[in-house]
Amino acid sequence: MSNERADELMHEADHEAHEVPPQFAGEFPIVIENLTNRFGEQVVHEDLSLKVRRGEILGVVGGSGTGKSVLMRSIIGLQIPEKGSIDVLGQSITDAMEDEDIDIRSRWGVLFQGGALFSTLTVAENVEVPLKQFYPELANDLMHEIARYKVRLSGLPEEATSKYPSELSGGMRKRAGLARALALDPELLFLDEPTAGLDPIGAAAFDHLTRELADTMGLTVFLITHDLDTLYAICDRVAVLADHKVIAVGTIPELLATDHAWIQEYFNGPRGRAADTTYHRADEGRDGQER
Amino acid sequence: MRNWADFETVEGAGGPVLRVSGPLVVASIAPLDMRLREMTTLAAIDISKVSDIDTVGAWSIWRASTELDAKIEGASDKAQRLIEAVSNAKSTAPISPVRPKALERVPEAVGERVTEFATGVKDMLAFLGLTIMAFGALIRHPRRFPHLALVRQLELVGVSSLGIIGLMSFLIGIVIAQQGAVQLQQFGAEIYTINLTGRLTLRELGVLMTAIMVAGRSGSAFAAQIGTMKLTEEVDAMRTIGVSPIERLVVPRILAAVLMMPVLGFYSSVIAIIGGAFIANFALDIPFWTFLSRIREVVPMTDLWVGLIKAPVFGLIVAMSGCYQGMQVSGNAEEVGLRTTLAVVQAIFMVIVLDAFFAIFFTEIGWA
Repeated sequence: MSNERADELMHEADHEAHEVPPQFAGEFPIVIENLTNRFGEQVVHEDLSLKVRRGEILGVVGGSGTGKSVLMRSIIGLQIPEKGSIDVLGQSITDAMEDEDIDIRSRWGVLFQGGALFSTLTVAENVEVPLKQFYPELANDLMHEIARYKVRLSGLPEEATSKYPSELSGGMRKRAGLARALALDPELLFLDEPTAGLDPIGAAAFDHLTRELADTMGLTVFLITHDLDTLYAICDRVAVLADHKVIAVGTIPELLATDHAWIQEYFNGPRGRAADTTYHRADEGRDGQER
Repeated sequence: MRNWADFETVEGAGGPVLRVSGPLVVASIAPLDMRLREMTTLAAIDISKVSDIDTVGAWSIWRASTELDAKIEGASDKAQRLIEAVSNAKSTAPISPVRPKALERVPEAVGERVTEFATGVKDMLAFLGLTIMAFGALIRHPRRFPHLALVRQLELVGVSSLGIIGLMSFLIGIVIAQQGAVQLQQFGAEIYTINLTGRLTLRELGVLMTAIMVAGRSGSAFAAQIGTMKLTEEVDAMRTIGVSPIERLVVPRILAAVLMMPVLGFYSSVIAIIGGAFIANFALDIPFWTFLSRIREVVPMTDLWVGLIKAPVFGLIVAMSGCYQGMQVSGNAEEVGLRTTLAVVQAIFMVIVLDAFFAIFFTEIGWA
């Protein structure tokens, strides 16, 4: 009876579904080497190298037009680089053909700037899209339950579950996008300016949520941001993009020790100093128990 | 082979105990979850042998344990953390909004359409009024007149559509002459092919087909352009600066269509006649130039007037519905597509309805 059905299901899934490799155990889930990206005459990246450590939240900063988003698009395979190699979870993105890297795709989640929700589906149905794509063997009940708790995990109220993206505010849309990005319990999470366009309270809440989820689910987070508060509050390390390269990677004190003009201006400008003060105040308050 | 979550049931002190082993993650949970849902009694779930766990695995175990009132034993730190996280996130919200039954939905939709139609007619008349007022204002303040926009629209509506309208008309001329000739030949009246082609194109088809083409080419463009400008708040920006969007956006487009339609309609008729003459030359042995000179004798001048009077009215309708639908856009990008389609469908429908009225009217006043 039920056992037979379950066996049948396993059998079918074994035939159809892709192999699911075990969790990535290496030290660097993302390794970029000598990456060059060019749009016509305009050079975006040249000989860019970067390694992301497992379990960290890496903030990526840089002035407008320094190619932060292009870098993210290269890593997730949306932008084919001119030169260089990108390895994600031990597999090469740059060598993979269109459908070859599909088993890596089930192991990362991406939150695009505007949320990029499918507008004809409700929030819950959006969350179910990757589940149905990669694990069609899941029972409908379980699928719905997963969608429900993912929506709540992302900090949305229960009522948002059956709403369409057009009925949500900007901040809620980002949370819904995050719920979809987390649908498959990925190892890697890419966030493109998650706090842009949110009010300070909403932004702080989103930062907190990111940190909490990263800690609970053991995520490695690649986070593009302009938000100094985000950098101070939740990022383990920060990579600085300038002159077509990653000019420095490290904790904020380490970056402050370098004498690159842009870094100094960025962190020692009025906004940088304000964020620094807030962070230290908050840090003294909780006495470093967070990390 | 996928590495599925495995389990065995053993008898414990307080009842059956489920021992789970293997990975407890989204990729491996399906069969286990299916069987967990069918169980009726369980004293405890032992997950000490689980090699890996994620939130989906934690959810499945937690759901079963609360439903069957079973204890969870041997949870690692990570498992504990995840189970706590998902239990705090439980929810019973529906996945999609509840749809009313078809019996209620259908009459509601029909009623909505009817009222929408009524308000649509009213709004469109209001829009026509606004446009006429904007015209009046522009006549009183001629320096505000958007010359450049008008010239640009004249080019877009008129000049750049010459190619496609010419080709279409030429082919229609060929079809009318050739098909007409086949029928007329049966009683030896193929010479009347010239009457048929000349009168039909000048009176009806030239203008009608042009109106349909302009609706598809320009009416849709008007709706999409203005609709997108509404979405990007350009229209609102204009209003705050004190520029009337009707004067700037709608008037030049409507004027361009009204001015260009007679010209295009006439052009279309001429090309269609040339197409007819072309095919008559080969299929009917009526020489090309004879065909053209006969046109002058068999087509009364009133046919030309009928076409030329209808053309600007059709242009007005096409441009009006395009601009009106564009201005109605609000919300999201999907709306632009819907409104554009609506603009074209509405324009073509109204053009054909009005054409029927015109046909009867002109016959009644003796311009037959």
